[in-house]
Amino acid sequence: MIAEAGHYALVLALALALIQSLVPLIGARLRDAALMNVARSTALAQLLFVGTSFVALVTLHVTSDFSVANVYENSHSMKPLIYKITGVWGNHEGSMLLWVLILALFGGLVAAFGNNLPLSLRAHVLAVQAWIASAFYLFILMTSNPFLRIANPPIEGRDLNPVLQDIGLAVHPPMLYLGYVGFSISFSFAIAALLEGRIDAAWARWVRPWTLVAWIFLTLGIAMGSYWAYYELGWGGWWFWDPVENASLMPWLGGTALLHSALVMEKRNALKVWTILLSILTFSLSLLGTFLVRSGVITSVHAFANDPTRGVFILLILCLFIGGSLSLFAGRATALKQGGLFAPISREGALVLNNLLLTVACAVVLFGTLYPLAMEVLADFKMSVGPPFYNLSFVPLFVLLLLAVPFGPMLAWKRGDLLGVTQRLLAAGVAGLVVIAIVWAWTRGGSALAPLAIGLGVFVIAGAVTDLAERTGAFRLPFATALQRARGLPRSAWGAVFAHAGLGVALIGIVCETTWNSEYIATMRPNDVAQVAGYDLKLDGLFQRQGPNYREMIARFDVSRDGEALSTMTPSKRSFTTRGSSTTEAALLTRGASQLYVSLGDTTAEGAIAVRIYHKPLVLLIWWGPVLMAFGGMLSLSDRRLRVGAPKPARAKQSLQPAE
Amino acid sequence: MTRKQRRMTIIGGSLAVLALAAALVLNALRDSIVFFSTPSMVAEKHVQPGKRFRLGGLVQPGSLQRGDNLAVRFEVADGGAKLPVAYKGILPDLFREGQGVVAEGALDANGVFKADAVLAKHDETYMPKDVADALKKQGHWKDDYGAKPPATTAQGNSQGAVR
Repeated sequence: MIAEAGHYALVLALALALIQSLVPLIGARLRDAALMNVARSTALAQLLFVGTSFVALVTLHVTSDFSVANVYENSHSMKPLIYKITGVWGNHEGSMLLWVLILALFGGLVAAFGNNLPLSLRAHVLAVQAWIASAFYLFILMTSNPFLRIANPPIEGRDLNPVLQDIGLAVHPPMLYLGYVGFSISFSFAIAALLEGRIDAAWARWVRPWTLVAWIFLTLGIAMGSYWAYYELGWGGWWFWDPVENASLMPWLGGTALLHSALVMEKRNALKVWTILLSILTFSLSLLGTFLVRSGVITSVHAFANDPTRGVFILLILCLFIGGSLSLFAGRATALKQGGLFAPISREGALVLNNLLLTVACAVVLFGTLYPLAMEVLADFKMSVGPPFYNLSFVPLFVLLLLAVPFGPMLAWKRGDLLGVTQRLLAAGVAGLVVIAIVWAWTRGGSALAPLAIGLGVFVIAGAVTDLAERTGAFRLPFATALQRARGLPRSAWGAVFAHAGLGVALIGIVCETTWNSEYIATMRPNDVAQVAGYDLKLDGLFQRQGPNYREMIARFDVSRDGEALSTMTPSKRSFTTRGSSTTEAALLTRGASQLYVSLGDTTAEGAIAVRIYHKPLVLLIWWGPVLMAFGGMLSLSDRRLRVGAPKPARAKQSLQPAE
Repeated sequence: MTRKQRRMTIIGGSLAVLALAAALVLNALRDSIVFFSTPSMVAEKHVQPGKRFRLGGLVQPGSLQRGDNLAVRFEVADGGAKLPVAYKGILPDLFREGQGVVAEGALDANGVFKADAVLAKHDETYMPKDVADALKKQGHWKDDYGAKPPATTAQGNSQGAVR
């Protein structure tokens, strides 16, 4: 009954989405406010019905109703409750349902809180949103229905893939989808602007908060996914340049570029056409990501199902939306008026450079992701493009970007003074150089690149701090005045400082982890001691334990340093009987920002066990960086300007004057 | 600066960045792509020792030998040819004899494939996609690899060991 209700709710949502796709547009044509307002009600009702459908699926999973194929394939009655819930999106059908739920959520939010939008713009935005929704409802209903019943219900389910039975599954996919799908709003705004043929600075001000929300979630989602891979897969890697990771990185790069170009448009009414294009491209990359992950065309950690009909269906959606939107763009973009002149050396110029480097870096990732696919289809040979490719292509571009980051926020709008900015950044540059010298002297004989990269990270952080000091007048003005100025500084300025500093923090973490990671791999017997990076790890013994739906073998290590006992670490190997597969649960010991990492291998006949111990210096900075960036994003989101909404276009021109 | 000059500066800058990126990509492609081969393809093409590639196939049943200090040797077969593989480290949980495997590394002078990474990757039919495609192409595809249990969607599962 519940399954049928869920299915029916989804069909109703599709019907509502179809209405929402057309009626508001007709309303906008006829200038009929009532028809345009239909979009608002349908968007909210759609959210209600998709929500119902999703709750139905969750209920089926929680109650372990194995007469439903999706539950049978991905659940088990002995599975802990949390994984019964998270298992809902740990499979293809359920994750697509989560996808449309989040899409409906964003549509509902625009409907509920978009009261300051012009009526016709809101109608257009929601209509475009409904086109996307209709396509994906159809996709789910036709190829990936999660509510299908099995004729002869089995007694027990086949359990969820053990790798996914982790708290990471509760956080990573929803966050990532909030990011991916969140960019649909900027896409809908862009298409609405093209349909209406009208776009101004106010448009950018409406779009920016939505883009920012999506960007924050995507940033956190990617970071969370990377940390999950780090501790779950058992060999301490945190980024593999896997096609699916790339699929999430590309919208992030596009979205980051979009945030910056929307800034130029909002403040200076320039780069309009480019911002529209970027909105379209960013969401296209999200769709491409969905296609790559869901179609099974690539071999990856994340590959779920390779059912060709699904791949073809998503490919059709992809072509329809990307092709359609780009054609619309090509037809209408020339009609948009250009505005806001600026010199190449200026804040706008710096933001153009930022966009250029981000989009080109994104194109490089796209190339690296699709090239092996293209080669396989066209030339019929298989190859892989791995980390060395990205180290040689993506990394240099990002280094250029990082070098430029501190300069951008300090240049004036319209016409900047590069020499002056360089002088003001002298302290930051010196700080970077000093750090390079110290690190180089300290690690003599090591890699020359690592100290340089750390110096770059310090330069980026110091540059962000310098920007803050310049704006508040710290070190120049009396402390109280500086404090007052700091309080008066727009939150978005603070946001930029944190986000940019986060970039530097992440870079330092990445460099330290990859350069000074120490590794110890050996077979150990009870009472053997492993020495890694100054720590002594004594293997206490091996123990067996029964979990809810697995058996595990735990190895207990006593960790000490210089004879002083610190902690015990208990990595384990779990074997899941239902699927007959096993997972390795690494043990982590955090010391400051560094971590000790222990994971287990096979046991030998003589009672010894293979262990892998890593010491990863400053590894946590890799994820603190993105957290800082997301925090910066949230600060910027809480800026008063964004909450009070955009002023009317006539007043917008005046409010453009006080350029910060 | 006139409007035209400004525009030219920006276009020029864009082209410079694009050219730089293109140069970087071409350079990276020359040095860092890794091809996928099966043992028979290795035998046919006489791959040079030291050239990195990915080797895929089935782990020959009974060929796994464990040495001291986590050294492992096993053979990868594809029905047509076999190739000995040497690896030092912990094999992934999903590594099993008779099942699919992908190893990355290079041949040494004696014709042994020295792997520095072993990936065992399969859905519940226990075949990595790359290996399955290669075997199909050579006509060594057994139907039972492809036969899916009824009413299942293939759920991927991948693990790897990297040294």
